[in-house]
Amino acid sequence: MSVAQYVKAFTLWEFVKAHAKTLRYFFRAKATINYPYERMPQSPRFRGEHALRRYPNGEERCIACKLCEAVCPAQAITIEAEPRDDGSRRTTRYDIDMTKCIYCGLCQEACPVDAIVEGPNMDFSTETREELIYDKAKLLDNGDRWERVLAANLAADAPYR
Amino acid sequence: MPKLKVDGIEVEVPQGATVLQACEAAGKEIPRFCYHERLSIAGNCRMCLVEVKPGPPKPQASCALPAADNQEVFTTTPMVKNAREGIMEFLLINHPLDCPICDQGGECDLQDQSVAYGRGQSRYAENKRAVTEKYMGPIVKTIMTRCIQCTRCIRFAEEVAGVEEIGAIYRGENMQITSYLEEAVTSELSGNVVDLCPVGALTSKPYQYEARPWELRRTLTIDVMDAVGTNIRLDSRGRQVLRCVPRINEDVNEEWASDKTRHAIDGLVRRRLDKPYVRVNGKLLPATWDEAFAAIAAVDHGGSVAAVAGDLVDCETMYAAKALVRSLGSSLLEGRQTGMAYDTSSLAAVNFNTTIAGTEEADAILLVGTNLRWEAPLVNTRVRKAIKRGAKVFAVGPETELTYKVEWLGHDLSVLGDLPDTVAKIFADAGKPMVIVGGAALKDGHGAALKLVETLNLVRNGWNGFNVVHMAAARMGGLMLGYAAKGGIADLTHAKLTFFLGADEVDYSRFGGFKVYVGHHGDAGAAHADVVLPGASYAEKSGTWVNLEGRVQRGERAVFPPGDAREDWSIFRALSDVMGARLPFDSLAGLREEMYGEVPALRHEGLVSFGWSVPAIDGSASGTIGGYPIKDFYLTNAICRASPTMQRCSAELVHGETFAEAAE
Ligand code: SF4
Ligand code: SF4
Ligand code: SF4
Ligand code: FES
Repeated sequence: MSVAQYVKAFTLWEFVKAHAKTLRYFFRAKATINYPYERMPQSPRFRGEHALRRYPNGEERCIACKLCEAVCPAQAITIEAEPRDDGSRRTTRYDIDMTKCIYCGLCQEACPVDAIVEGPNMDFSTETREELIYDKAKLLDNGDRWERVLAANLAADAPYR
Repeated sequence: MPKLKVDGIEVEVPQGATVLQACEAAGKEIPRFCYHERLSIAGNCRMCLVEVKPGPPKPQASCALPAADNQEVFTTTPMVKNAREGIMEFLLINHPLDCPICDQGGECDLQDQSVAYGRGQSRYAENKRAVTEKYMGPIVKTIMTRCIQCTRCIRFAEEVAGVEEIGAIYRGENMQITSYLEEAVTSELSGNVVDLCPVGALTSKPYQYEARPWELRRTLTIDVMDAVGTNIRLDSRGRQVLRCVPRINEDVNEEWASDKTRHAIDGLVRRRLDKPYVRVNGKLLPATWDEAFAAIAAVDHGGSVAAVAGDLVDCETMYAAKALVRSLGSSLLEGRQTGMAYDTSSLAAVNFNTTIAGTEEADAILLVGTNLRWEAPLVNTRVRKAIKRGAKVFAVGPETELTYKVEWLGHDLSVLGDLPDTVAKIFADAGKPMVIVGGAALKDGHGAALKLVETLNLVRNGWNGFNVVHMAAARMGGLMLGYAAKGGIADLTHAKLTFFLGADEVDYSRFGGFKVYVGHHGDAGAAHADVVLPGASYAEKSGTWVNLEGRVQRGERAVFPPGDAREDWSIFRALSDVMGARLPFDSLAGLREEMYGEVPALRHEGLVSFGWSVPAIDGSASGTIGGYPIKDFYLTNAICRASPTMQRCSAELVHGETFAEAAE
């Protein structure tokens, strides 16, 4: 052991150095945020909770083409369809099992009418598993709730598609 | 036999073959829309263009070009590629981008071929043509904007179905396919245009928006709606059969199926028996299997047990019931529900001996008491084909529209013993004469018709022209298994315990004893029974059926029976334990082995040879044919009666009700 090392050991140099670092960070601005009251910025491509969108006139967009069901690698989507009274093609059942979903975003890529989208919402924890099986009403409700943000996100991403 | 070269591959094709067929023989795929093997050649889509040498320096439509010696055909040259891309682009000018809402999506020729042969991008930005929807009846839904004017539907209606009710109006881009007066197409084969249409212009109305082809499980089985034994594929999802389409079998149905075959399947999920019932104080109450079995075991039958087979049951079910009846000490079996009692000592004498495919070759045909169009629509199309080759058709019975020209000889059966000279002459000159006897004439006219075998020389070298048309899928199998009492159903009515195997057409009031109904639909039979045991329909069991020409065919199970219902043979097996007459098989395979042991002909799929012998029946004919047994084509059995589509067809096409729906 060299002399310098003896000196460092007896003056607890490493100890002092570590504490100095701690003190330095103590007075710096914080890197963590106060979630959920504060949030990180989010990309318009963020893939969170699903929503089924509507047209501005209130008509649901989904036309029951089942492309999302076919493409879903986790087989999380279940659709049943029927002609509606006015003869148009609509789903009678549109379920997504959010516990199966791997949030890959392929469903929204497949959708020809931008009906199913993955919105910015990521805080949708529930107390039971059943609540995570979303039905059509829940998804449409999500759509209504988030429409402004969803439309803005799609518009922001449009130039890159 | 022209010899030609396709892309350097030498092929030889039959005389009269087209270049397209030659390309196929060489293993080259030629895209096409209007060409169809079973229809005449139209040559109007131009998708099949190829380069041919010698010939003009331009691509030629291979479907309409006869193959000739020393031709050289090229299918991969830049000229051909350009031509295909060009045609594809033209076709897509007016075709809407409808695929996501189109029922044809996923199994569409236009989709597939535009991916395979089209350009990657569209250069077309102008407006597209739009065409209003045309009403074509309860089976076919039209979205005419999608039509690419290939005229397959028109050719099918004229050539195969024999109803000239679909046609084209206007010209060029404005050409429209229509049913002229926008009335329902009155054909029992109309559903086939849905399969023929290469795009989604004609789609199936009952199946509208129900499923996508990729989510369906396909099961190959046999249809039971009539005795033709159409080969079908049942497409199911989960526990429900959603669609029924024909399979290709050149010997039976070619590639067609009747509307009843296709669309009665929605009856499979309605009015089903899904638990056992026992009659208590005159009322049927739900029960458990044990209670139901106990109620049957409590019957003091003293060996007087009978079984009546319905029209739809498979051989396995009939064999299981037969085995049970036998082990209870009886042999009373009958399948001819309406009480007919024709002689069955020679099965050849009640068989369709010419075979369905053989019908095409006949050159003189006599129909005796048969409305072939309703009793066996796919035999009717063969008769049409025979006529196209020059056959003459005569008929005895009340006049009805058979879709071809028939000379009616009145409805008096005595005419069989004394055919008019002109008719006799035609039959004398005929090389392949044919007599087809239907249900209406079997009772009084069987002997007289058999006598024609001699007078008209129907059975000769390699040709048997004597035919009986049955209407029940279970009939030939039943006859082979001995479901025929000498006096018909009247021999059975005294039985103390009777099993009805899906028999809904029987007159129940004639049966005095204890009645057990084993079947799948809550129809006439279930209403009269003392105990109801829920069984499986044809889609829910693997079974063997023998069609009217004696062809043994096997079908597979597509879905499981609903609720507590079980496969019929297992019901009899379980019941035999309770009744103390244990049957010696524990599995379907075991049952089949037993059955083959008794009727070896059932072992192998394919035509059964019954030999030829004429039973000794009185050959004199008297009486008249008052009417045909089928009064309503669309409602002949329990499954169709439960089907809303068939109800609607019956109301509209048989009873002439109009449904003011027209263009949507
Ligand atoms: S995000 Fe992926 S896994 Fe989730 S529903 Fe969509 S396609 Fe399925
Ligand atoms: S959400 Fe989109 S992809 Fe899925 S069925 Fe509806 S329209 Fe089709
Ligand atoms: S409706 Fe279909 S089958 Fe008929 S002409 Fe048009 S594309 Fe062809
Ligand atoms: S297939 Fe040859 S022109 Fe249509």
